[in-house]
Amino acid sequence: MGRRRGHRPLEFKDVGSNDGPLLVVEDLHTSFRTGRGTVRAVDGVSFSVDEGKTLGIVGESGSGKTVLSRSIMGLLPPRDVIRSGTVHFGGHELSSMGEAELRAVWGAELSMIFQDPMTALNPVKRIGVQIAESLVLHLDMDKKEAQNTAVELLRSVGIPSPEERVRWYPFQLSGGMRQRVMIAIALACAPRLVMADEPTTGLDVTVQAQILDLLADLQRERHMAVILVTHDLGVVATRADDIIVMYAGRIVERAPTRTLFADTKMPYTRALMDSIPRLADPSGARLDAISGRPPDLIHPPAGCRFAPRCQYAQDKCRESEPPLRTVGSPDHLFACWFPLVDGVSTAPAVPVTLGRTPDATVTTTSDTPEAETTP
Amino acid sequence: MPDDRELQDTGASSQLLGDRFPGMAATDEAVMAISTEHLEGDDILAKRPLGFLFWFAVTWVAIVFLAAIFANLLPLQDQNFQNYSALNQGPSTAHWLGTDDLGRDLLSRLVFGARVSLVVGFFGVAIGLIVGGTAGLISGYKGGRLDVSLNAISFIILAFPAIVAVIAIVTFWGSSLLHITIILGVGTIPLMFRVIRASSLSFAQRDFVIAAKTMGATDTRIVFREILPNVVPVMVTFSLITVAGIIVIEGTLAFLGLSVHLPTPTWGNIINEGTSNNALATNPYILMWPAGSMFLLLWSINLIGDRLRQRFDIREGLL
Repeated sequence: MGRRRGHRPLEFKDVGSNDGPLLVVEDLHTSFRTGRGTVRAVDGVSFSVDEGKTLGIVGESGSGKTVLSRSIMGLLPPRDVIRSGTVHFGGHELSSMGEAELRAVWGAELSMIFQDPMTALNPVKRIGVQIAESLVLHLDMDKKEAQNTAVELLRSVGIPSPEERVRWYPFQLSGGMRQRVMIAIALACAPRLVMADEPTTGLDVTVQAQILDLLADLQRERHMAVILVTHDLGVVATRADDIIVMYAGRIVERAPTRTLFADTKMPYTRALMDSIPRLADPSGARLDAISGRPPDLIHPPAGCRFAPRCQYAQDKCRESEPPLRTVGSPDHLFACWFPLVDGVSTAPAVPVTLGRTPDATVTTTSDTPEAETTP
Repeated sequence: MPDDRELQDTGASSQLLGDRFPGMAATDEAVMAISTEHLEGDDILAKRPLGFLFWFAVTWVAIVFLAAIFANLLPLQDQNFQNYSALNQGPSTAHWLGTDDLGRDLLSRLVFGARVSLVVGFFGVAIGLIVGGTAGLISGYKGGRLDVSLNAISFIILAFPAIVAVIAIVTFWGSSLLHITIILGVGTIPLMFRVIRASSLSFAQRDFVIAAKTMGATDTRIVFREILPNVVPVMVTFSLITVAGIIVIEGTLAFLGLSVHLPTPTWGNIINEGTSNNALATNPYILMWPAGSMFLLLWSINLIGDRLRQRFDIREGLL
């Protein structure tokens, strides 16, 4: 066993020029051509992730978070996809690379943990072989060395008696164990960024916590960045450094985790938080679900996309789209005309009356938010 | 500015996830310990016995193959010698399986006939598997224009009336063993292509294939290392059925006088002789031996294939 996995990230540090963030996504658009029209699944998303940090991407089903993660990876189907924007990753521009070039990055520097451990392992291959493959491929290990490293990797993800289990097939393992194997595979070559797309959704709650803790431990140990994509705000609450909230293909709020929870600006984020059941609630308390469903991405609503479901929506919200902007702290971005302040909407309390002229709307509402806006 | 309620939220969600549950790790260990006990090593793959029928089938296949390979070394009579003093005899000590209407020994004709049938059957399938199987694997995985065109070609070939095509080709090209094998082998290519393509297609977009891709595997590697092992059970089963099919088709061609020329025996042309000139009524043994052997061989091959699949298809193994 020549190489210890833990040391490898240090070797990778020199790759590419990166004084800046590890991953920079700029104005990413991904649309799918369908029979009904063009589905704009990801619509102008920009963000960055620093080395060793964790970014949580949260949104409900259909918010575009999975398409976003696949777009960054470059894993979209070749046909009927329109893609624009740039993705810079540690000195590579992923968005302009062909599959052959991506292969050198995939696995070695950028890897992915899949949602369903039941289907993400090849059912007819021993898990040891599946782990060893990328070691042979990227790190030029010989078979024996790779096999030994696979044992070490299994040990590091908390699988007992790994010497025997390397020879097991996936069906012999439980869901939680399989997800540990998936993590071992994804981390085999010590990538700098791991994309975890709902890594715990297929697992039951007790196992979820173990897997997430394991991921966090390994991340600290190896100084990797992690993008944790999930629909569950609770999953990222204690584990992410920053959180992006997505809605209908766009970022609606982005902030450091503590700020996001302490000073939620966007009513959608607030609604997501309210829809988490709380242990402190008396039993029988009703859950605040968000009424309605996410908008049709072929014909998204004009104005703010959340407006049709937003309890504070004003005429202005339905007419013009709020830009991502900040108030005070430059880290905290949100897209809302009437952001919440201390949990209370800044929207005028005037009930919306029908038949108002657009001119009147602009004059009555424009003064409120602009006073606080910093460009 | 942060209000109390929202800070509580953060705490609550961490509690929700059982972050600070001291009991959890212990439970986990216990669960793993239990699973270790029961699933120790490869014991899990220990299976029920294969059974008498399986070994009977293996024996029969072995006998047929060995007899065909070593036919020249066996103490058999000349398969083409016509003994006019012993026409249409039933089984006896001189002729174990009897003689046909020209006084030829049926046992030696059966053994030499197996050579042709087996060569045509297995080599024909090998041609189909190598060409059609490879094309099917790639086509199912890659999709796109390649898939569309290969699909179209396979349909065109399949749409052609096979017997007419074979008659035409044999007429121009001649009907040696090699030619018959190639013709029938090429004929199975579109069949193999379709079946294996369908199977490959069903695995092409599975998560484990995409996962392999994100670990930097090339297309070639994905096709042969990720998809192929999953397709093998289908491949084996279908190949064995096709072997049977080809042997029967060779028999049909022989029946039509389009296969390997007489007097070289094949199972097909012995059956042909057994049904002509009212032989069915006067000497049913001529037909019975090759037909029975073929039936038993195909049944055995299928049974072996099936049992082996049950045993080694790990997805069905224990679930």
